[in-house]
Amino acid sequence: MDRFSWTTGLLELGETLVVQQRGVRLSDGEEKVKFDSGVLLLSTHRLIWRDQKNHECCIAVPLSQIVFIEEQSSGIGKSAKIVVHLHPASSNKEPGPFQSSKYSYIKLSFKEHGQIEFYRRLSEEMTQRRWESMPTGQAMQVNKDTQAGRIRAVGIVGIERKIEEKRKETDKNISEAFEDLSKLMEKAKEMVELSKSIANKIKEKQGDITEDETIRFKSYLLSMGIANPVTRETYGSGTQYHMQLAKQLAGILQTPLEERGGIMSLTEVYCLVNRARGLELLSPEDLVNACKMLESLKLPIRLRIFDSGVMVIELQSHNEEEMVASALETVSEKGSLTADEFAKLVGMSVLLAKERLLLAEKMGHLCRDDSVEGLRFYPNLFLTQS
Amino acid sequence: MAEAMSFAWPWQYSFPPFFTLQPNGETRQKQLSAWCALALAYSRRHRLPAMTVREAQDIPLFANSRLQRKLPLESIQVVLEELRKNGNLEWLDKNKTSFLIMWRRPEEWGKLIYQWVLRNGLTNSVFTLYELASGDDTESEEFHGLDEAMLLRALQALQQEHKAEIITLDDGRGVKFF
Repeated sequence: MDRFSWTTGLLELGETLVVQQRGVRLSDGEEKVKFDSGVLLLSTHRLIWRDQKNHECCIAVPLSQIVFIEEQSSGIGKSAKIVVHLHPASSNKEPGPFQSSKYSYIKLSFKEHGQIEFYRRLSEEMTQRRWESMPTGQAMQVNKDTQAGRIRAVGIVGIERKIEEKRKETDKNISEAFEDLSKLMEKAKEMVELSKSIANKIKEKQGDITEDETIRFKSYLLSMGIANPVTRETYGSGTQYHMQLAKQLAGILQTPLEERGGIMSLTEVYCLVNRARGLELLSPEDLVNACKMLESLKLPIRLRIFDSGVMVIELQSHNEEEMVASALETVSEKGSLTADEFAKLVGMSVLLAKERLLLAEKMGHLCRDDSVEGLRFYPNLFLTQS
Repeated sequence: MAEAMSFAWPWQYSFPPFFTLQPNGETRQKQLSAWCALALAYSRRHRLPAMTVREAQDIPLFANSRLQRKLPLESIQVVLEELRKNGNLEWLDKNKTSFLIMWRRPEEWGKLIYQWVLRNGLTNSVFTLYELASGDDTESEEFHGLDEAMLLRALQALQQEHKAEIITLDDGRGVKFF
Protein backbone atom coordinates (compact mmCIF):
# COMPACT_ATOMS: atom_id res chain seq x y z
CA MET A 1 0.00 0.00 0.00
CA ASP A 2 3.00 2.29 0.12
CA ARG A 3 2.78 2.77 -3.65
CA PHE A 4 -0.32 4.89 -3.43
CA SER A 5 -0.27 8.69 -3.45
CA TRP A 6 -2.86 11.19 -2.28
CA THR A 7 -4.70 12.73 -5.17
CA THR A 8 -7.55 15.11 -5.88
CA GLY A 9 -9.18 12.46 -8.01
CA LEU A 10 -9.45 14.82 -10.92
CA LEU A 11 -8.43 13.38 -14.24
CA GLU A 12 -5.55 14.99 -16.05
CA LEU A 13 -5.55 16.26 -19.60
CA GLY A 14 -5.11 13.24 -21.83
CA GLU A 15 -6.28 10.87 -19.14
CA THR A 16 -9.63 9.17 -19.75
CA LEU A 17 -11.90 7.25 -17.44
CA VAL A 18 -12.30 3.63 -18.51
CA VAL A 19 -14.55 2.07 -15.86
CA GLN A 20 -15.54 2.56 -12.25
CA GLN A 21 -17.00 0.32 -9.56
CA ARG A 22 -18.60 1.03 -6.19
CA GLY A 23 -18.21 -1.02 -3.09
CA VAL A 24 -14.53 -1.87 -3.36
CA ARG A 25 -12.32 -2.50 -0.35
CA LEU A 26 -8.57 -2.14 -0.49
CA SER A 27 -6.26 -4.43 1.47
CA ASP A 28 -2.53 -4.15 1.97
CA GLY A 29 -1.47 -7.66 0.97
CA GLU A 30 -3.22 -9.91 3.48
CA GLU A 31 -3.94 -7.17 6.00
CA LYS A 32 -7.06 -5.04 6.17
CA VAL A 33 -6.61 -1.29 6.09
CA LYS A 34 -8.97 1.59 6.69
CA PHE A 35 -9.94 1.86 3.01
CA ASP A 36 -13.01 -0.20 3.52
CA SER A 37 -15.67 1.10 1.20
CA GLY A 38 -14.94 3.14 -1.87
CA VAL A 39 -15.37 3.74 -5.54
CA LEU A 40 -12.58 2.27 -7.61
CA LEU A 41 -11.86 4.09 -10.85
CA LEU A 42 -9.74 2.85 -13.69
CA SER A 43 -8.33 5.43 -16.05
CA THR A 44 -5.92 5.09 -18.93
CA HIS A 45 -3.13 6.11 -16.56
CA ARG A 46 -4.05 5.27 -13.00
CA LEU A 47 -6.01 3.22 -10.53
CA ILE A 48 -7.89 5.64 -8.27
CA TRP A 49 -9.78 4.83 -5.07
CA ARG A 50 -12.12 7.32 -3.44
CA ASP A 51 -13.82 6.80 -0.08
CA GLN A 52 -17.61 6.65 -0.49
CA LYS A 53 -18.29 8.44 2.80
CA ASN A 54 -15.48 10.95 2.68
CA HIS A 55 -14.91 12.16 -0.87
CA GLU A 56 -11.82 14.06 0.13
CA CYS A 57 -10.06 10.82 0.89
CA CYS A 58 -8.75 9.81 -2.49
CA ILE A 59 -5.64 7.85 -3.43
CA ALA A 60 -4.19 6.65 -6.69
CA VAL A 61 -1.42 4.53 -8.09
CA PRO A 62 -0.11 4.77 -11.66
CA LEU A 63 -0.84 1.75 -13.86
CA SER A 64 2.84 1.66 -14.76
CA GLN A 65 3.51 0.49 -11.20
CA ILE A 66 1.55 -2.70 -11.78
CA VAL A 67 3.61 -5.84 -12.42
CA PHE A 68 0.71 -8.17 -12.98
CA ILE A 69 -2.83 -8.90 -11.83
CA GLU A 70 -4.68 -12.04 -10.82
CA GLU A 71 -8.29 -12.94 -10.19
CA GLN A 72 -9.53 -14.60 -7.04
CA SER A 73 -13.03 -15.95 -7.35
CA SER A 74 -15.52 -15.46 -4.58
CA GLY A 75 -16.18 -18.00 -1.86
CA ILE A 76 -18.64 -18.43 1.00
CA GLY A 77 -18.70 -15.12 2.81
CA LYS A 78 -15.90 -13.83 0.67
CA SER A 79 -16.21 -11.40 -2.24
CA ALA A 80 -14.38 -11.84 -5.52
CA LYS A 81 -11.02 -10.12 -5.54
CA ILE A 82 -8.36 -8.85 -7.85
CA VAL A 83 -4.78 -9.12 -6.60
CA VAL A 84 -2.52 -6.42 -7.98
CA HIS A 85 1.22 -6.97 -7.76
CA LEU A 86 3.22 -3.76 -7.75
CA HIS A 87 6.73 -2.55 -8.39
CA PRO A 88 8.43 -0.92 -5.46
CA ALA A 89 7.54 2.74 -5.07
CA SER A 90 9.82 5.13 -6.92
CA SER A 91 11.85 7.45 -4.73
CA ASN A 92 10.14 10.57 -6.03
CA LYS A 93 6.64 9.34 -5.51
CA GLU A 94 4.07 11.79 -4.21
CA PRO A 95 3.23 11.28 -0.53
CA GLY A 96 0.52 8.79 0.26
CA PRO A 97 -1.27 7.08 3.16
CA PHE A 98 1.55 4.64 3.91
CA GLN A 99 5.26 5.18 4.12
CA SER A 100 6.11 1.55 3.94
CA SER A 101 4.50 -1.81 3.52
CA LYS A 102 5.69 -5.35 3.97
CA TYR A 103 3.67 -6.50 1.02
CA SER A 104 4.34 -5.95 -2.64
CA TYR A 105 0.75 -6.47 -3.60
CA ILE A 106 -2.68 -5.18 -2.76
CA LYS A 107 -6.08 -6.76 -2.95
CA LEU A 108 -9.24 -5.20 -4.32
CA SER A 109 -12.39 -6.77 -2.86
CA PHE A 110 -15.53 -6.28 -4.89
CA LYS A 111 -18.24 -6.30 -2.27
CA GLU A 112 -20.83 -5.20 -4.78
CA HIS A 113 -19.54 -7.35 -7.63
CA GLY A 114 -18.29 -5.89 -10.92
CA GLN A 115 -15.02 -7.75 -10.61
CA ILE A 116 -15.21 -9.50 -13.97
CA GLU A 117 -15.72 -6.36 -16.01
CA PHE A 118 -13.16 -4.43 -14.00
CA TYR A 119 -10.59 -7.18 -14.43
CA ARG A 120 -11.22 -7.29 -18.12
CA ARG A 121 -10.81 -3.55 -18.54
CA LEU A 122 -7.75 -3.44 -16.31
CA SER A 123 -6.14 -6.24 -18.35
CA GLU A 124 -6.89 -4.32 -21.52
CA GLU A 125 -5.31 -1.17 -20.16
CA MET A 126 -2.30 -3.19 -19.03
CA THR A 127 -1.90 -4.56 -22.54
CA GLN A 128 -2.53 -1.33 -24.38
CA ARG A 129 -0.42 0.77 -22.02
CA ARG A 130 -2.06 3.94 -23.20
CA TRP A 131 -0.36 5.94 -20.45
CA GLU A 132 2.89 5.65 -22.37
CA SER A 133 1.60 7.32 -25.48
CA MET A 134 -0.67 9.92 -23.93
CA PRO A 135 1.27 12.56 -22.05
CA THR A 136 -0.73 13.98 -19.16
CA GLY A 137 -1.01 17.67 -18.70
CA GLN A 138 -3.27 20.10 -16.84
CA ALA A 139 -5.70 18.53 -14.39
CA MET A 140 -9.35 18.36 -15.58
CA GLN A 141 -12.52 17.61 -13.66
CA VAL A 142 -14.07 14.22 -14.18
CA ASN A 143 -17.40 14.46 -16.08
CA LYS A 144 -16.78 17.99 -17.33
CA ASP A 145 -16.41 18.24 -21.11
CA THR A 146 -14.80 21.63 -21.39
CA GLN A 147 -11.14 21.69 -22.09
CA ALA A 148 -10.13 24.53 -19.83
CA GLY A 149 -6.43 24.02 -19.83
CA ARG A 150 -3.67 26.24 -18.55
CA ILE A 151 -0.53 25.10 -20.25
CA ARG A 152 1.81 23.70 -17.63
CA ALA A 153 5.37 24.83 -17.45
CA VAL A 154 7.50 22.75 -19.82
CA GLY A 155 9.94 21.80 -17.11
CA ILE A 156 7.61 19.66 -15.09
CA VAL A 157 6.27 17.84 -18.11
CA GLY A 158 9.81 17.25 -19.25
CA ILE A 159 10.82 15.75 -15.94
CA GLU A 160 7.72 13.58 -15.91
CA ARG A 161 8.57 12.37 -19.39
CA LYS A 162 12.13 11.50 -18.43
CA ILE A 163 10.91 9.45 -15.51
CA GLU A 164 8.51 7.64 -17.78
CA GLU A 165 11.21 6.84 -20.29
CA LYS A 166 13.55 5.48 -17.67
CA ARG A 167 10.84 3.28 -16.35
CA LYS A 168 9.99 2.17 -19.86
CA GLU A 169 13.54 1.05 -20.51
CA THR A 170 13.91 -0.94 -17.36
CA ASP A 171 10.52 -2.47 -17.78
CA LYS A 172 10.79 -3.36 -21.44
CA ASN A 173 11.62 -7.01 -20.88
CA ILE A 174 8.84 -7.54 -18.44
CA SER A 175 6.27 -5.73 -20.52
CA GLU A 176 7.12 -7.88 -23.54
CA ALA A 177 6.84 -10.88 -21.34
CA PHE A 178 3.47 -9.74 -20.20
CA GLU A 179 2.04 -9.62 -23.66
CA ASP A 180 2.31 -13.35 -23.57
CA LEU A 181 1.26 -13.24 -19.98
CA SER A 182 -2.05 -11.53 -20.42
CA LYS A 183 -3.00 -14.11 -23.02
CA LEU A 184 -1.69 -16.80 -20.76
CA MET A 185 -3.61 -15.47 -17.80
CA GLU A 186 -6.81 -15.85 -19.64
CA LYS A 187 -6.14 -19.42 -20.53
CA ALA A 188 -3.93 -21.01 -17.95
CA LYS A 189 -4.72 -20.36 -14.35
CA GLU A 190 -2.74 -23.43 -13.29
CA MET A 191 0.45 -21.91 -14.60
CA VAL A 192 -0.09 -18.93 -12.34
CA GLU A 193 -0.68 -21.11 -9.29
CA LEU A 194 2.41 -23.13 -10.07
CA SER A 195 4.67 -20.14 -10.42
CA LYS A 196 3.25 -18.61 -7.25
CA SER A 197 4.08 -21.71 -5.27
CA ILE A 198 7.58 -21.88 -6.72
CA ALA A 199 8.25 -18.26 -5.94
CA ASN A 200 6.94 -18.73 -2.40
CA LYS A 201 9.15 -21.73 -1.87
CA ILE A 202 12.20 -19.83 -2.99
CA LYS A 203 11.26 -16.88 -0.86
CA GLU A 204 10.99 -19.10 2.20
CA LYS A 205 14.27 -20.83 1.58
CA GLN A 206 16.52 -17.89 0.90
CA GLY A 207 16.17 -14.79 3.03
CA ASP A 208 18.78 -13.08 0.85
CA ILE A 209 16.45 -12.66 -2.08
CA THR A 210 14.64 -9.39 -1.73
CA GLU A 211 10.99 -9.01 -2.39
CA ASP A 212 11.73 -7.10 -5.53
CA GLU A 213 13.80 -9.90 -6.99
CA THR A 214 11.14 -12.38 -6.10
CA ILE A 215 8.62 -10.37 -8.03
CA ARG A 216 10.96 -10.18 -10.97
CA PHE A 217 11.61 -13.89 -10.81
CA LYS A 218 7.94 -14.61 -10.77
CA SER A 219 7.46 -12.51 -13.84
CA TYR A 220 10.28 -14.22 -15.70
CA LEU A 221 8.93 -17.63 -14.81
CA LEU A 222 5.62 -16.67 -16.22
CA SER A 223 7.02 -15.28 -19.41
CA MET A 224 7.71 -18.82 -20.62
CA GLY A 225 11.16 -18.95 -19.08
CA ILE A 226 13.90 -20.40 -21.16
CA ALA A 227 15.94 -22.37 -18.68
CA ASN A 228 13.48 -23.51 -16.06
CA PRO A 229 12.68 -27.20 -16.48
CA VAL A 230 9.76 -27.10 -14.09
CA THR A 231 7.55 -24.82 -16.19
CA ARG A 232 5.31 -26.40 -18.77
CA GLU A 233 4.45 -24.58 -21.95
CA THR A 234 0.76 -24.56 -22.44
CA TYR A 235 0.41 -21.99 -25.11
CA GLY A 236 1.89 -22.74 -28.47
CA SER A 237 3.37 -20.75 -31.22
CA GLY A 238 5.54 -17.71 -31.06
CA THR A 239 7.43 -18.40 -27.88
CA GLN A 240 11.16 -18.31 -27.34
CA TYR A 241 11.27 -21.93 -26.33
CA HIS A 242 9.69 -23.22 -29.50
CA MET A 243 11.81 -20.96 -31.64
CA GLN A 244 15.00 -22.30 -30.09
CA LEU A 245 13.69 -25.81 -30.41
CA ALA A 246 12.85 -25.32 -34.07
CA LYS A 247 16.42 -24.19 -34.77
CA GLN A 248 17.75 -27.18 -32.89
CA LEU A 249 15.57 -29.53 -34.91
CA ALA A 250 16.78 -28.08 -38.19
CA GLY A 251 20.29 -28.95 -37.13
CA ILE A 252 19.57 -32.44 -35.85
CA LEU A 253 17.39 -33.55 -38.73
CA GLN A 254 19.41 -32.44 -41.73
CA THR A 255 21.43 -35.65 -42.10
CA PRO A 256 18.69 -38.15 -41.20
CA LEU A 257 16.41 -36.49 -43.76
CA GLU A 258 19.01 -36.75 -46.47
CA GLU A 259 19.49 -40.42 -45.65
CA ARG A 260 15.77 -41.07 -45.96
CA GLY A 261 15.12 -39.45 -49.30
CA GLY A 262 14.32 -36.00 -47.92
CA ILE A 263 11.13 -36.84 -46.07
CA MET A 264 10.23 -38.31 -42.67
CA SER A 265 6.97 -38.74 -40.81
CA LEU A 266 6.59 -36.69 -37.64
CA THR A 267 6.45 -39.81 -35.50
CA GLU A 268 9.81 -40.92 -36.90
CA VAL A 269 11.19 -37.47 -36.05
CA TYR A 270 9.77 -37.68 -32.53
CA CYS A 271 11.47 -41.01 -31.89
CA LEU A 272 14.75 -39.92 -33.41
CA VAL A 273 14.95 -36.66 -31.51
CA ASN A 274 13.98 -38.08 -28.15
CA ARG A 275 16.38 -40.97 -28.54
CA ALA A 276 19.15 -38.45 -29.16
CA ARG A 277 18.16 -36.25 -26.22
CA GLY A 278 18.12 -39.06 -23.74
CA LEU A 279 16.98 -37.12 -20.70
CA GLU A 280 15.02 -33.94 -21.31
CA LEU A 281 12.46 -35.55 -23.55
CA LEU A 282 10.21 -33.52 -25.80
CA SER A 283 6.47 -33.79 -25.49
CA PRO A 284 4.57 -34.32 -28.74
CA GLU A 285 2.89 -30.90 -28.38
CA ASP A 286 6.25 -29.19 -28.05
CA LEU A 287 7.51 -30.97 -31.14
CA VAL A 288 4.47 -30.03 -33.19
CA ASN A 289 4.55 -26.42 -32.03
CA ALA A 290 8.24 -26.10 -32.82
CA CYS A 291 7.71 -27.66 -36.26
CA LYS A 292 4.92 -25.21 -37.02
CA MET A 293 7.51 -22.45 -36.75
CA LEU A 294 10.03 -23.99 -39.13
CA GLU A 295 8.68 -22.30 -42.27
CA SER A 296 8.37 -18.83 -40.74
CA LEU A 297 11.90 -19.04 -39.37
CA LYS A 298 13.12 -19.84 -42.88
CA LEU A 299 14.94 -22.96 -41.76
CA PRO A 300 16.11 -25.57 -44.31
CA ILE A 301 13.39 -28.03 -43.29
CA ARG A 302 9.61 -27.65 -43.17
CA LEU A 303 6.45 -29.22 -41.82
CA ARG A 304 3.92 -30.50 -44.29
CA ILE A 305 0.44 -31.76 -43.49
CA PHE A 306 -1.23 -34.02 -46.03
CA ASP A 307 -4.99 -34.07 -46.68
CA SER A 308 -5.25 -37.24 -44.63
CA GLY A 309 -3.81 -35.39 -41.64
CA VAL A 310 -0.47 -37.18 -41.73
CA MET A 311 2.35 -34.80 -40.78
CA VAL A 312 5.83 -35.04 -42.23
CA ILE A 313 9.07 -33.10 -42.14
CA GLU A 314 10.65 -32.41 -45.51
CA LEU A 315 13.87 -30.84 -46.66
CA GLN A 316 13.13 -27.51 -48.34
CA SER A 317 14.80 -28.92 -51.43
CA HIS A 318 12.45 -31.92 -51.45
CA ASN A 319 9.70 -31.78 -54.01
CA GLU A 320 7.01 -34.36 -53.38
CA GLU A 321 5.22 -33.53 -56.60
CA GLU A 322 8.30 -34.54 -58.58
CA MET A 323 8.51 -37.79 -56.67
CA VAL A 324 4.97 -38.45 -57.83
CA ALA A 325 6.12 -38.58 -61.45
CA SER A 326 8.62 -41.30 -60.64
CA ALA A 327 5.96 -43.11 -58.61
CA LEU A 328 3.75 -43.20 -61.68
CA GLU A 329 6.56 -44.81 -63.67
CA THR A 330 7.05 -47.46 -61.04
CA VAL A 331 3.34 -48.27 -60.89
CA SER A 332 3.06 -48.38 -64.68
CA GLU A 333 5.96 -50.82 -64.92
CA LYS A 334 4.25 -53.20 -62.54
CA GLY A 335 0.73 -52.66 -63.86
CA SER A 336 -0.64 -51.95 -60.42
CA LEU A 337 0.68 -51.70 -56.86
CA THR A 338 -0.55 -51.58 -53.28
CA ALA A 339 1.02 -49.16 -50.77
CA ASP A 340 2.89 -52.08 -49.19
CA GLU A 341 4.31 -53.29 -52.48
CA PHE A 342 5.29 -49.79 -53.48
CA ALA A 343 6.98 -49.16 -50.12
CA LYS A 344 9.06 -52.33 -50.47
CA LEU A 345 10.07 -51.55 -54.02
CA VAL A 346 11.17 -47.99 -53.31
CA GLY A 347 12.51 -48.53 -49.79
CA MET A 348 10.14 -46.14 -47.97
CA SER A 349 7.97 -46.50 -44.91
CA VAL A 350 4.47 -47.70 -45.79
CA LEU A 351 2.91 -44.55 -44.35
CA LEU A 352 4.91 -42.27 -46.61
CA ALA A 353 4.47 -44.61 -49.57
CA LYS A 354 0.71 -44.41 -49.16
CA GLU A 355 0.82 -40.61 -48.94
CA ARG A 356 2.80 -40.45 -52.15
CA LEU A 357 0.34 -42.70 -53.97
CA LEU A 358 -2.58 -40.67 -52.64
CA LEU A 359 -0.93 -37.49 -53.83
CA ALA A 360 -0.46 -39.05 -57.25
CA GLU A 361 -4.16 -39.94 -57.28
CA LYS A 362 -5.08 -36.40 -56.27
CA MET A 363 -2.99 -35.09 -59.15
CA GLY A 364 -4.81 -37.41 -61.55
CA HIS A 365 -1.90 -39.70 -62.37
CA LEU A 366 -3.27 -42.76 -60.62
CA CYS A 367 -6.68 -44.25 -59.93
CA ARG A 368 -7.72 -46.77 -57.33
CA ASP A 369 -9.17 -50.26 -57.16
CA ASP A 370 -10.78 -50.82 -53.78
CA SER A 371 -11.96 -54.37 -53.16
CA VAL A 372 -11.83 -57.19 -50.63
CA GLU A 373 -8.36 -57.88 -52.00
CA GLY A 374 -7.20 -54.50 -50.70
CA LEU A 375 -6.44 -51.06 -52.12
CA ARG A 376 -4.48 -51.06 -55.35
CA PHE A 377 -3.33 -48.17 -57.48
CA TYR A 378 -3.33 -48.22 -61.29
CA PRO A 379 -2.18 -45.70 -63.84
CA ASN A 380 -5.15 -43.43 -64.53
CA LEU A 381 -6.31 -44.85 -67.85
CA PHE A 382 -9.60 -42.97 -67.50
CA LEU A 383 -7.72 -39.81 -68.38
CA THR A 384 -5.02 -41.17 -70.65
CA GLN A 385 -7.09 -43.59 -72.74
CA SER A 386 -9.83 -42.05 -74.84
CA MET B 1 -34.69 -60.51 -83.74
CA ALA B 2 -31.76 -61.12 -81.44
CA GLU B 3 -28.54 -60.12 -83.08
CA ALA B 4 -26.06 -62.92 -83.53
CA MET B 5 -23.07 -60.88 -82.57
CA SER B 6 -22.12 -60.91 -78.88
CA PHE B 7 -22.22 -57.75 -76.85
CA ALA B 8 -19.06 -55.69 -77.19
CA TRP B 9 -17.83 -54.74 -73.72
CA PRO B 10 -15.76 -51.54 -73.59
CA TRP B 11 -12.15 -51.63 -72.33
CA GLN B 12 -13.23 -50.13 -68.98
CA TYR B 13 -15.23 -53.26 -68.18
CA SER B 14 -11.95 -55.22 -67.80
CA PHE B 15 -10.23 -52.45 -65.80
CA PRO B 16 -10.61 -53.16 -62.05
CA PRO B 17 -10.68 -49.47 -61.00
CA PHE B 18 -13.86 -49.14 -63.10
CA PHE B 19 -15.71 -50.86 -60.25
CA THR B 20 -14.51 -48.41 -57.57
CA LEU B 21 -16.06 -44.95 -57.53
CA GLN B 22 -13.05 -42.65 -58.01
CA PRO B 23 -12.41 -39.90 -55.45
CA ASN B 24 -10.64 -37.61 -57.91
CA GLY B 25 -13.28 -35.32 -59.46
CA GLU B 26 -11.99 -35.27 -63.00
CA THR B 27 -11.40 -39.01 -63.03
CA ARG B 28 -14.85 -39.62 -61.64
CA GLN B 29 -16.50 -37.62 -64.40
CA LYS B 30 -14.85 -39.77 -67.06
CA GLN B 31 -15.74 -42.90 -65.15
CA LEU B 32 -19.41 -41.97 -64.82
CA SER B 33 -19.67 -41.05 -68.51
CA ALA B 34 -18.30 -44.47 -69.37
CA TRP B 35 -20.77 -46.15 -67.01
CA CYS B 36 -23.73 -44.30 -68.50
CA ALA B 37 -22.74 -45.18 -72.04
CA LEU B 38 -22.29 -48.83 -71.07
CA ALA B 39 -25.57 -48.99 -69.18
CA LEU B 40 -27.50 -47.61 -72.17
CA ALA B 41 -25.81 -49.91 -74.64
CA TYR B 42 -26.40 -52.91 -72.38
CA SER B 43 -29.99 -51.94 -71.71
CA ARG B 44 -30.70 -51.64 -75.42
CA ARG B 45 -28.98 -54.88 -76.35
CA HIS B 46 -30.53 -56.96 -73.62
CA ARG B 47 -33.86 -55.16 -73.53
CA LEU B 48 -33.54 -54.57 -69.82
CA PRO B 49 -36.92 -54.50 -68.12
CA ALA B 50 -37.76 -52.44 -65.09
CA MET B 51 -35.96 -53.75 -61.98
CA THR B 52 -35.05 -53.02 -58.39
CA VAL B 53 -31.67 -51.68 -57.32
CA ARG B 54 -31.07 -54.89 -55.35
CA GLU B 55 -31.61 -56.95 -58.48
CA ALA B 56 -29.33 -54.68 -60.45
CA GLN B 57 -26.35 -55.60 -58.27
CA ASP B 58 -26.15 -59.06 -59.81
CA ILE B 59 -26.65 -58.46 -63.51
CA PRO B 60 -23.50 -58.81 -65.61
CA LEU B 61 -23.58 -55.07 -66.33
CA PHE B 62 -22.59 -54.26 -62.76
CA ALA B 63 -20.96 -57.56 -61.80
CA ASN B 64 -17.98 -58.81 -63.75
CA SER B 65 -17.50 -62.38 -62.60
CA ARG B 66 -14.33 -62.95 -64.60
CA LEU B 67 -12.68 -59.94 -63.01
CA GLN B 68 -14.18 -60.71 -59.61
CA ARG B 69 -15.40 -57.16 -59.25
CA LYS B 70 -18.86 -55.78 -58.55
CA LEU B 71 -19.92 -52.16 -58.51
CA PRO B 72 -21.04 -51.55 -54.88
CA LEU B 73 -24.65 -50.60 -54.13
CA GLU B 74 -23.95 -46.94 -53.32
CA SER B 75 -21.96 -46.56 -56.53
CA ILE B 76 -24.75 -48.15 -58.58
CA GLN B 77 -27.07 -45.51 -57.13
CA VAL B 78 -24.67 -42.79 -58.22
CA VAL B 79 -24.67 -44.18 -61.78
CA LEU B 80 -28.48 -44.42 -61.80
CA GLU B 81 -28.79 -40.83 -60.61
CA GLU B 82 -26.45 -39.75 -63.40
CA LEU B 83 -28.66 -41.57 -65.92
CA ARG B 84 -31.71 -39.89 -64.49
CA LYS B 85 -30.11 -36.48 -64.81
CA ASN B 86 -29.52 -37.20 -68.50
CA GLY B 87 -33.16 -38.17 -68.97
CA ASN B 88 -32.34 -41.84 -69.50
CA LEU B 89 -33.79 -43.26 -66.29
CA GLU B 90 -37.09 -43.14 -64.51
CA TRP B 91 -37.79 -44.10 -60.91
CA LEU B 92 -40.95 -46.15 -60.68
CA ASP B 93 -41.65 -45.55 -57.00
CA LYS B 94 -41.22 -42.83 -54.41
CA ASN B 95 -38.61 -44.76 -52.44
CA LYS B 96 -36.36 -45.13 -55.45
CA THR B 97 -36.20 -48.91 -55.25
CA SER B 98 -37.37 -49.73 -58.81
CA PHE B 99 -36.24 -48.08 -62.00
CA LEU B 100 -36.42 -48.28 -65.76
CA ILE B 101 -33.46 -47.48 -67.99
CA MET B 102 -34.57 -45.77 -71.17
CA TRP B 103 -31.72 -46.12 -73.62
CA ARG B 104 -33.79 -43.94 -75.87
CA ARG B 105 -35.69 -41.10 -74.24
CA PRO B 106 -39.51 -41.10 -74.48
CA GLU B 107 -39.42 -37.90 -76.55
CA GLU B 108 -37.10 -39.60 -79.02
CA TRP B 109 -39.41 -42.60 -79.35
CA GLY B 110 -42.37 -40.28 -79.73
CA LYS B 111 -40.61 -38.51 -82.57
CA LEU B 112 -40.00 -41.80 -84.43
CA ILE B 113 -43.60 -42.88 -84.01
CA TYR B 114 -44.94 -39.54 -85.21
CA GLN B 115 -42.63 -39.57 -88.22
CA TRP B 116 -44.17 -42.92 -89.20
CA VAL B 117 -47.64 -41.47 -88.69
CA LEU B 118 -46.89 -38.55 -90.98
CA ARG B 119 -45.10 -40.62 -93.58
CA ASN B 120 -48.11 -42.90 -93.94
CA GLY B 121 -50.74 -40.16 -93.72
CA LEU B 122 -52.20 -41.56 -90.58
CA THR B 123 -53.18 -38.42 -88.76
CA ASN B 124 -56.66 -38.52 -87.30
CA SER B 125 -56.45 -42.29 -87.04
CA VAL B 126 -56.90 -44.33 -83.93
CA PHE B 127 -54.74 -47.29 -82.95
CA THR B 128 -54.61 -49.67 -80.07
CA LEU B 129 -51.31 -49.91 -78.27
CA TYR B 130 -51.02 -53.49 -79.46
CA GLU B 131 -51.38 -52.48 -83.09
CA LEU B 132 -48.64 -49.92 -82.73
CA ALA B 133 -46.16 -52.15 -80.99
CA SER B 134 -46.92 -55.50 -82.56
CA GLY B 135 -49.05 -54.91 -85.65
CA ASP B 136 -47.92 -55.92 -89.15
CA ASP B 137 -47.90 -52.33 -90.30
CA THR B 138 -45.13 -51.40 -87.98
CA GLU B 139 -42.96 -54.47 -88.42
CA SER B 140 -40.11 -52.65 -90.10
CA GLU B 141 -40.14 -49.79 -87.67
CA GLU B 142 -37.63 -49.39 -84.87
CA PHE B 143 -40.35 -49.03 -82.33
CA HIS B 144 -41.82 -52.36 -83.25
CA GLY B 145 -41.72 -54.63 -80.25
CA LEU B 146 -41.34 -51.74 -77.84
CA ASP B 147 -42.60 -52.75 -74.43
CA GLU B 148 -45.84 -51.21 -73.29
CA ALA B 149 -44.39 -49.11 -70.50
CA MET B 150 -42.00 -47.43 -72.86
CA LEU B 151 -44.62 -47.04 -75.56
CA LEU B 152 -46.96 -45.34 -73.17
CA ARG B 153 -44.29 -42.88 -72.13
CA ALA B 154 -43.52 -42.11 -75.76
CA LEU B 155 -47.18 -41.39 -76.45
CA GLN B 156 -47.42 -39.26 -73.32
CA ALA B 157 -44.54 -37.21 -74.64
CA LEU B 158 -46.44 -36.73 -77.92
CA GLN B 159 -49.54 -35.90 -75.95
CA GLN B 160 -47.61 -33.10 -74.27
CA GLU B 161 -46.86 -31.72 -77.71
CA HIS B 162 -50.54 -32.02 -78.68
CA LYS B 163 -49.68 -34.48 -81.42
CA ALA B 164 -51.58 -37.38 -79.91
CA GLU B 165 -54.14 -38.28 -77.28
CA ILE B 166 -54.24 -41.43 -75.25
CA ILE B 167 -57.78 -42.86 -75.11
CA THR B 168 -59.51 -45.77 -73.47
CA LEU B 169 -60.99 -48.39 -75.73
CA ASP B 170 -63.22 -51.39 -74.97
CA ASP B 171 -60.40 -53.81 -74.41
CA GLY B 172 -57.55 -51.58 -73.36
CA ARG B 173 -55.90 -48.35 -74.29
CA GLY B 174 -55.33 -46.68 -77.59
CA VAL B 175 -54.14 -43.48 -79.14
CA LYS B 176 -55.42 -40.94 -81.60
CA PHE B 177 -52.93 -38.99 -83.67
CA PHE B 178 -53.50 -35.43 -84.80
